[in-house]
Amino acid sequence: MANGAGVLIVGEVAGRELAGITGELLGVGRKLANARGEELLAVFLGSGIGATAAGAFAQGADKVYVVDNSLLASYQPESYAAAMERVCAELTPGILLMGATYMGRDLAPKLACRLKTGLATDCVALNIDPQTRGMLATRAAYGAKAMAEVDCGTVRPAMASVKTKSQEPLEPDSSRRGAVVPIAVQLNAALAKTQVVNRVTVEVKGIRLEDARIVVGGGRGLGSIANWKSLEALAADLKGAVGSTRGACDEGYCEMATQLGITAKSIAPELYIAVGISGASQHMGGVSFSKHIVCINKDAESPVFKLSQYGVVGKWEDVLPAFHRKVKELLAG
Amino acid sequence: MKCLVFIKQIPDPDIPPTQFRVDTRTNTVAPPQGSSPAVSLLDELAVEAALRLKDALGGEVTAVSLCNDPVMNVIKKPLAMGADSLILLQDPAFEGGDAFTTARVLAAAVKKIGSYDLILCGRQAGDWDNGQVGSYVAESLGIPCITIVGKLEAVSGKIRAERTVGDTVETVEAPMPALVTAGNEVGRARYPKLRDIMAAGRKQPTIWSAKDLGLDPSTVGAKGALTKVRRLYVEEKAGQCEVLKGETPAEAGENLALKLRELKII
Ligand SMILES: Cc1cc2nc3c(=O)[nH]c(=O)nc-3n(C[C@H](O)[C@H](O)[C@H](O)COP(=O)(O)OP(=O)(O)OC[C@H]3O[C@@H](n4cnc5c(N)ncnc54)[C@H](O)[C@@H]3O)c2cc1C
Ligand SMILES: Nc1ncnc2c1ncn2[C@@H]1O[C@H](COP(=O)(O)O)[C@@H](O)[C@H]1O
Repeated sequence: MANGAGVLIVGEVAGRELAGITGELLGVGRKLANARGEELLAVFLGSGIGATAAGAFAQGADKVYVVDNSLLASYQPESYAAAMERVCAELTPGILLMGATYMGRDLAPKLACRLKTGLATDCVALNIDPQTRGMLATRAAYGAKAMAEVDCGTVRPAMASVKTKSQEPLEPDSSRRGAVVPIAVQLNAALAKTQVVNRVTVEVKGIRLEDARIVVGGGRGLGSIANWKSLEALAADLKGAVGSTRGACDEGYCEMATQLGITAKSIAPELYIAVGISGASQHMGGVSFSKHIVCINKDAESPVFKLSQYGVVGKWEDVLPAFHRKVKELLAG
Repeated sequence: MKCLVFIKQIPDPDIPPTQFRVDTRTNTVAPPQGSSPAVSLLDELAVEAALRLKDALGGEVTAVSLCNDPVMNVIKKPLAMGADSLILLQDPAFEGGDAFTTARVLAAAVKKIGSYDLILCGRQAGDWDNGQVGSYVAESLGIPCITIVGKLEAVSGKIRAERTVGDTVETVEAPMPALVTAGNEVGRARYPKLRDIMAAGRKQPTIWSAKDLGLDPSTVGAKGALTKVRRLYVEEKAGQCEVLKGETPAEAGENLALKLRELKII
């Protein structure tokens, strides 16, 4: 596909609503489409999703497409890749974006290989090179210690996956409407080479980490599973959630699902409170979009101080109870 | 059970941020004096996952690396951990490649090796954090790929892998041969014993060039790459941290709470 026009985003839905990443992709996609003087297209893959997909108009899409098929009801690598190959053949986009979500991390490289096109993953900024009109992607490298600007190449569509929470959605405009266009794709169950044979969902108590306005993060410095409870109590009073580091997970203080970082979840809360966390780049890479970061650490030399706005030097055993008490007092008063 | 594990040698991932420098001319890391490269951590987890399968079922583990400047005691770490053999893919033509060309070379090596049940690699290499090579190799070979796995089990010709997807743990099955990419969820990698390090030191890797792999040099390295790094840089972190004081650590903690109120965050 040498030529292509239009910026196509692969939307995702969460239940009957657009997933947060979809608004973020439409936000950055709109900017790229404007810079190239092209249309912004959105495609959704799934089953019975047409009505939900229509919400993409208000968030900036010029055209919205769905591939509606019962075989796409949940993500399956080969079926989704086959459907996207067909969509790309039909729409011939110049740029293709998806989220660096559980789906996007699996699907993007698979599809890029089939389309033999350049892909930049986990991007935090995307721009159009005024000279070549190609896509330039900014992304973290070396465990988030460095940033790289990557030229996504001349094969169309140039592809990027976008780090969740890194982009601003547009202000929804409900006057923007349109008809959702179906794209027919021939699929059959035999395409699927992998099969999910079991799913176990861990019940999340309280607020989801990704949605929390305040996140209390704990590290190896917490010292024991019993101590972890004090973070949970603080988070509960702040109506927030608890996140963790690889260090804390390795020690078994918390569930793996709470880990934050470049190879775990990324969040963008109003406030991140890092307790007993050294501030390794791989961890901070997952929380760097937080509005405010504060820390409590006994070692004043810990890198976490470099990345925090406010910090307290001290053992959390001494600092946290008083902090918690004061927080409760302020919230009550 | 025959496992192939892809491993990459990368600059020391533990270089502290204060000493982390890049060479803006070559867009690569300029490691500080005396630092030694390492096997990318998630690749060590891939080796670990392969060795656990070998412990349970027998068989052999072969490590494969595209590496033009191997540091022998580093790149031999999989051997010290218990892998049976090591294949190094070396050729000046491989220089300046991207994930796409790396995968092309690795896939050619797999074809030359011929028979295998499972390929394991890291979910992403700790230098560029791309997370692409595994999927590319699987696609090129036309085999199933399960990304970001934890626990693995092999049962009657199938690989069964656990994946954490948000708050759900999925068990995914695929017929072998297949490829899996190892995530944090594998757990910890074993430490090599001194005796095994010594034994690994005496083993010689097999070395294959582009020609050995039947690859046209114009399709690999910088010539075959689809993407190009234009610029590598270290971002200046603007924020200055204010360390809050108090008569006691407890008072400093209270001051942090007051600060958050002042900022209207709580
Ligand atoms: C390829 C790769 C990917 C990675 N991905 C991730 C990732 O996604 N997420 C992630 O978190 N990590 C990741 N890591 C690991 C990361 O590099 C760090 O090792 C990890 O984040 C460290 O966790 P920690 O801060 O809890 O532990 P440590 O580094 O051990 O720090 C503990 C901190 O607690 C402090 N402390 C100790 N006792 C007390 C006390 N009583 N009171 C107050 N403070 C105390 C210490 O001063 C220290 O600063 C990755 C590493 C690699 C190589
Ligand atoms: N040069 C290489 N040699 C061997 N394996 C590699 C190489 N580059 C990448 N890999 C493997 O592919 C995985 C993903 O790499 P990447 O797509 O570069 O993030 C790594 O974790 C390795 O297992």
